[in-house]
Formats: sequence, C-alpha cells, structure tokens
Amino acid sequence: MREVLEGSQAVARTVARCRPGVVCAYPISPQTHIVEALSVMARTGELANCEYVNVESEFSAMSVSIGASAAGSRAYTATASQGLLYMAEAVYNAAGMGLPIVMTVANRAIGAPINIWNDHSDAMAMRDSGWLQLFAADNQEAADLHVIAFAVAEELGIPAMVCMDGFVLTHASDVVELATAEQVDAFLPPYRPTQVLDIDHPATLGTMAGPESFTETRYLQHLRFLDAAAVIEAWSDRFREQIGREAGGLIARYDPDTLDRDRGAPPASSTDLAVVAMGSVVGTLQSALAPLRAEGVPVRLLSVGAFRPFPEEALRDALGGSRHVVVVDRALELGSGGVLTGCVGRALAGTGSHLHSVVAGLGGRPILEASLRDVVRRALVDEVGSLEFLDLKPGIPTPALGATEVAR
Amino acid sequence: MTTVHIPFLQTGTLAVGGRLLDDAQRSLQSHADRPSSLTKGHRACQGCAEALAARWVMDTAVEAAGGRLVVANATGCLEVFSTLYPESAWKPPWVHSLFANAAAVATGIAAALHAQGRDDIRVLAQGGDGGTVDIGLAAVSGMFERNDDVLYVCYDNQGYMNTGVQRSSATPASARTATTPAVGRNPGQAFGQGKSMVKIAMAHEIPYVASATVADLRDLEAKVRTAMSIHGARYLHVLVPCPVGWGANSAESISLSRAAVQSGIFPVIEARAGELTDVQRIRERAKVEDYLRPQARFAHLFRPGGEDALERWRVLAEANIRRYDLLGGAS
Repeated sequence: MREVLEGSQAVARTVARCRPGVVCAYPISPQTHIVEALSVMARTGELANCEYVNVESEFSAMSVSIGASAAGSRAYTATASQGLLYMAEAVYNAAGMGLPIVMTVANRAIGAPINIWNDHSDAMAMRDSGWLQLFAADNQEAADLHVIAFAVAEELGIPAMVCMDGFVLTHASDVVELATAEQVDAFLPPYRPTQVLDIDHPATLGTMAGPESFTETRYLQHLRFLDAAAVIEAWSDRFREQIGREAGGLIARYDPDTLDRDRGAPPASSTDLAVVAMGSVVGTLQSALAPLRAEGVPVRLLSVGAFRPFPEEALRDALGGSRHVVVVDRALELGSGGVLTGCVGRALAGTGSHLHSVVAGLGGRPILEASLRDVVRRALVDEVGSLEFLDLKPGIPTPALGATEVAR
Repeated sequence: MTTVHIPFLQTGTLAVGGRLLDDAQRSLQSHADRPSSLTKGHRACQGCAEALAARWVMDTAVEAAGGRLVVANATGCLEVFSTLYPESAWKPPWVHSLFANAAAVATGIAAALHAQGRDDIRVLAQGGDGGTVDIGLAAVSGMFERNDDVLYVCYDNQGYMNTGVQRSSATPASARTATTPAVGRNPGQAFGQGKSMVKIAMAHEIPYVASATVADLRDLEAKVRTAMSIHGARYLHVLVPCPVGWGANSAESISLSRAAVQSGIFPVIEARAGELTDVQRIRERAKVEDYLRPQARFAHLFRPGGEDALERWRVLAEANIRRYDLLGGAS
C-alpha cells in the first residue's frame, strides 16, 4: 500500500515488522520520532513480545542492546550525533563481540558548535567501529534497509547501522510503500544467535585477549567484513526478488539519461565526469544533473550504499576510469578533505582519475542544485581543486578558494 | 534460613565451626556438591577477598536460581583474573562487556529473557567499586530507578586496584593510594570526600539493599538468598579487603573485615524500599586502630602528626554507631 508517511514513522513501522525482542533508546534529535513510535507500539501490544526500555543515556542504550542480543533477542536502537559519540565505547564493543544489533543513525552534525541538523560527521566518526554502515537515499530505502540490515547483520554476526539523513529524511513526509508483515516474515529468518548466554550451554562471552590472540581476533573480524560485501549484495538481490524494490546494495548506479536508479546502467567512461555521493543528496543530484545531461554534459551519477564495508572494487568498476570524479561529501576530515573522498581516492588509486572533494551541507546547510551544477561545469574545465567547500560564504578569509591544493 | 542459637565450644573466636550444625543448616560451601561457579585456576592474588566473596555470592545465587542464572560482569580485577582467553573460571553463562555498563547489560539480558518468556532465568550483575560507585554509577542508578529485575553486587575494595591502586570515590578518608599520596598537610584521601553507595541505593527505594563482609560469610550467603527471593532491583555491597591495595598481610583479609565491622567503620545493614530493616550489632567492640594499623595505606596515621586523622576516624565510627545504633539499646 502506497501511503504518505514521515520518514521516522516509515522506519518505526518497518522495524516493528522485523519483530525486535528488545528496543532500547535514549532521546536525541532527530531520532526521537522513530523510538517514540516504537515505544507506543510496544505499549499497545501492536509490537508483541517486545520490551521497550527507557534508559538514562545512549551509552546504556547500546549496553542494554548488547545484553539483549547476547541473551538471544533481536535488539534495536536508534541515535544520532552526540548520542552516537556518547555510546562510542559500547558501539565498538558490540562489534567486537559479534552481536548483530541494528541501529538507526539519524545523521546529524557533531558539536561544538552544537548543531542539530544534518551531515554525516556522526556516522563517519564510527567508520572503524566494526559496524556495517548502510546509507539510505530516501525514505523508502531507509525503511527497506532495516529489513535487509537485520538479515545481513544476523547472517554475519556483525552489527549494522542504517544511516538516514536527520530531518531531511527523518522528518520529511514522502510517499512510501512499506514491506508488509507477511513480506518481512517471509524474508527475514528468525534470529538464531551464533553465541548466546544459555543456561543449558553456558559460555563465557567477552573475555580478555592478550597479545598472543588479539591480532588473530581482529584478523578474523576483518575476514567477516570481507564476507560482508557479498552478503549485502545477496540480501539486496533477495529483497528485490521477493519484495520488488531496489534497496541497499554496495553501490547504486543510475541511468545516464534519466538519472533513475538502474542496476543495469553501464559503467562511466574515461571521458565522463562522475559524481559520487551518499545519502539524501543523491536525490538532489538526480534532479540537479538531469538538465546537464540534457545539455550533453558527460556527467554520471553513482552513490555509495554501503560505506562499511567500503565497496572499493564495485566503485572502481562503475567509475570506469572517469577523467573527473567529484565526491559530494557531508563530513570533513579536518586538514585533509571529505571523508568519503578519502575512501573513493583509495579505490581509485592508480586509475589516473582527478578527484575533487566537494564538502557540502555541513550542519544542515542546504545543498542547492544550481551550486552542484556549477561545480560540475567548473570541474570539467579543471577549475575545481582537490578540495572545495560548496557555497562557502564570501568574506571568509581563505587562500585562493576553489583551487586550493591540500597536502595529503 | 532460620537462625539457630548454639553454644560456643571454642574460645578466642567468634566463628563457629559448621560441623556443629545440622547438615541442612551448614553453609552451601561446606557441601561437596556446591556449584563452584567461580572455579579453580583463576589468577586472583593471594588473600583476595573479592574472589572469596564472588564465590559465595555466585554459588548462593546459582543455587537459589535453581541453576538458572546469567551473569554480567564489569571490567575490573574480577573479570581480568577470571577470563584471560582461552580460559574461563566461570561455570554459569557469563558476559563481560565494558567497565561502566554491567548494570545496563544486565538490564538488557533481563529484558530479553522477559520478552522470550523466560522469567525463570535470573540475572546478576557484578563489579568493583570503580565500576559501580564511579564510572558505572549512571547505569546502576538507571537500573535501580527502573526497578529492573537484576541483583547488582558491588565488591568494594575501595580503589582502582586493577590499574595499580588509584583513588576511587569509595576510597576511605586518609588512605594512601597512587593518586592520593601520603604527603603534605592532609596526607592520603581527603576527609569529607567519597560517597556511600549503600545510602545512594537506599535513596532509590529499591526492594532490597544490603551490605556484608567476608568476615561473616554466612551473613553474606543469607543476604544473597534473601535478595534472590525478591524480584526487582536489588543491591548488595560487600567490603572486600585487597592485600595489594591496602598494604595488608594476605592472611588478614578476614580479620580486617571483622575489625571494620566491629569498630563501626563499616555498617552491615539491610534495607527494604529505602527503610532500614536490620543492622548487625557490634558484638565485641574494636578500636578504629585495630582496623587501620595493619594496613600500610594508613601507616602515616601512626607517625607523629597522625593524631588528628585518627581522631577524625573515631568521630566517623561514632557517627556510624549512632546513625545505625550499632551498639544496640537506643531508645
């Protein structure tokens, strides 16, 4: 059934259909609407056999999720920004313990200065935590990704973050079609933990590992992460087959002319300029780039669906040695450039592509279509340097903005 | 457990041999089929009262739960000495996550078991004073105020012993630690600092709060049984001397615990819903010096200039004796 729903409601209803046993959260904007809705469903019984736990901090929210997952229940939480950082220690811990918790991150900037609006700084701060990080382009994908995330996480024993842009998606109403309870039940197997606190088979979880075993522990975690790419693709394929929509996957390709998502779209060519982005700005780009294509500008669009594991190979193939690669980046690695750009750069090492980091939309600054078109036009004639801040206000002291070479 | 009054057949001790009791009234530890939840082979120091207390607490809880007990453990000595991979000294299902979150992990376990309809399985969380009184206090308080069905046990050795004996907010006044050196005008931990976790727990008005020591293991056992007979949030605070951190002979962990109680320094109490319900009276009054002198962390109190601090200790003990009527007979 197609319906108009706020992004948070779409996510909450979909999460409920995944039948979590424990939902535990601490309020922080812009994640609140999701967990408010889940708390109501747990209280009314619409979400059956589920404990909703109100806790005193995000640190405890993740810790309760760890306990619940270790005790054999499907566990879900949601957070953003400062909350994600406040739970950071437990975020790493959940991954190290192999507990497949699913967490929505309603992406938001990190202070100081305090700012409640959207960028990707929060998720990027946890990029090496050992969690899968799946980014949603719109509300439909945000909802669908949760079903996929539980399946992928539980098959791998790796926790998963579903990242959706705060306010831009969480608080925006859009037409969506939610996976029905029947569809989710047919798609998502029951949670069968690989290790669990079981009185009949007692085990010690979370032991100390000394120098003689720690490296191997991390290496095995790394191997699981290498497996994750294929597992993400497989569950995304299964979702399309069973539920009939494109969602998830390592990267998304777009038709060169319509700019609609198209898994069969050909790779970019060496004469193209490719724009790479992640999250809701993909929608802005679809709209912004269409007029350029109409003018015959050789611009292509690609989006990253899985930031962790980072799809280096898939991205390199899809970019096809494009002469220019513009990364629209919503998180900044201070003194260096965009965070996504750094990862794309590693994927493109040796290909000869010119990489341009366009840092945009920090702290909720709107990303304007005209500004994106302007960057693409200038990049095509080599007028964009390796790092540019989109729509930086005039009057800010800066050396030769637009052609700044940043030492790496 | 019913209380039985039996005559003393020994002299010079307040302990009575278990062999004088009927089999059914003997301690769990005196039985060959005791659970041995914390089993042999761990790496605790000689004289570690935490290991002793944890063994009694866990065995009693396991038995009271009919073997259906899950444990969440905070980071600290207890976790480090018991679980260096690939070995584990724990027999029940046991999980360690982080330093500050044992109470929250236990809440998650209890929530999951409830959602699974497994309310027959009980949940115990445990940690040291650092993981409870300091870094884990928010999670402990949250678990208390929600009245989650968890028994939380704090083994209080009054400092960060695992990291090399630094001061915690459970470190007693005037004690020398690595970060409160015995130098200057007010050597050691400052008077007027620190907090009572027992009183904090009572302020949450949770169903059951108790304190205990390893000097009276039958009392500890009885309190674990009482705690396990109740649902909701429960707190047990056990004083556990640390020979390394306290600078005490490893053979003195029991006698130091006894001196702490008999001098009035460590009140042994029970409380229900915030109301004090029972107090262990002082049976043979000890001086504060009996507790302080054997510990190197208080050595500066017995050098010239230590008289004022000793007097302040007497005042602290007197205050406890008054507050909890430790000598009995208050009108």
